[in-house]
Amino acid sequence: MAGFLKKKEREEAFIPTASMADIAFLLLIFFLVTTTIDVDTGIGMVLPPKLEEDVIPPPIKERNVLKILVNEQGQVLLEDLPSAVSLVRAEVKAHVLNNGVDPRYAEATNKALVSIKTARETPYDAYIQVLDEVWMAYFEMWDAEARKLGYSNYKEYSIDVDNRNQDNAIREKIKAAISIAEPDAA
Amino acid sequence: MAGHFKKTSKAKPDIPTAALPDIIFILLIFFMVTTVLRETTVQVRTVLPQAEALTKIDQKRLVTYVWIGPKKISATELGETGVQIDDALIEKLTDVRAIMYRKLVEQPKLIVSLKVDQTSEMGVLVDVQQELREAGTLRVNFSTKRDVGL
Repeated sequence: MAGFLKKKEREEAFIPTASMADIAFLLLIFFLVTTTIDVDTGIGMVLPPKLEEDVIPPPIKERNVLKILVNEQGQVLLEDLPSAVSLVRAEVKAHVLNNGVDPRYAEATNKALVSIKTARETPYDAYIQVLDEVWMAYFEMWDAEARKLGYSNYKEYSIDVDNRNQDNAIREKIKAAISIAEPDAA
Repeated sequence: MAGHFKKTSKAKPDIPTAALPDIIFILLIFFMVTTVLRETTVQVRTVLPQAEALTKIDQKRLVTYVWIGPKKISATELGETGVQIDDALIEKLTDVRAIMYRKLVEQPKLIVSLKVDQTSEMGVLVDVQQELREAGTLRVNFSTKRDVGL
């Protein structure tokens, strides 16, 4: 009789919950895989503030401006000379790091400007290619500066500076002065 | 003696798995809640150009997207260039000013991410930029993909 009772006790009905975790895990993995936390990447720019009617923009010496013109066919005119997109980077570096040596380029690094002008029909892709080259020129110059200070690249330097709440001396020294030209008045 | 044995068998060590599904479910619910499914349907085609000099935008809350590209008419057909903010196409470009100004009041650190199709012409972009300048939203981001073919 005692044995009979024991048997009945063991056969007590219950829902197996062991696999519940597995089911939930599968769902969890499904959501983990399908969730795309997409980080937006791009070229950051700050637009110039709106021009006031009665304010005349400060005069800039012709010499300090590196003019880049992108036409309707996506062709590049660098300082009035036809050029290729791949040459822009070297030219920007030469312009910014000139420090008054070559009369065609800027007088000083902190005075150097890069101006990009486009036509209304210029393809966006061509504009981005040129803008990218200009930015890469600045990135490479910042990298070179950071290496002089003993960091392996600029990114490392900027993180370190941020952590120590110091001013970013490299950005102070070589400012990314890219000007998007005012559209021509129609 | 028999009773003694029974007692030890009852105290058999095993990890309680009953709470495990609950823990996993909480994780699951967390992910389901935090996942923001794309709430806007983009009505223009935007194939982004590729670039090397990229910066990431970490604060997603600050970003407002502006799509510029040819309007999608059907699966294969593309119309003229359209500008879309949030869920709607912009009819008059001068409306951008008011929309952006309102957004800027809500979020003073607003970043406008321009998702422009690579075949678009600069004219439209310049017009939008002028509108953004009018509104005072000066921080922009030209959204690009990473250049893979280095």
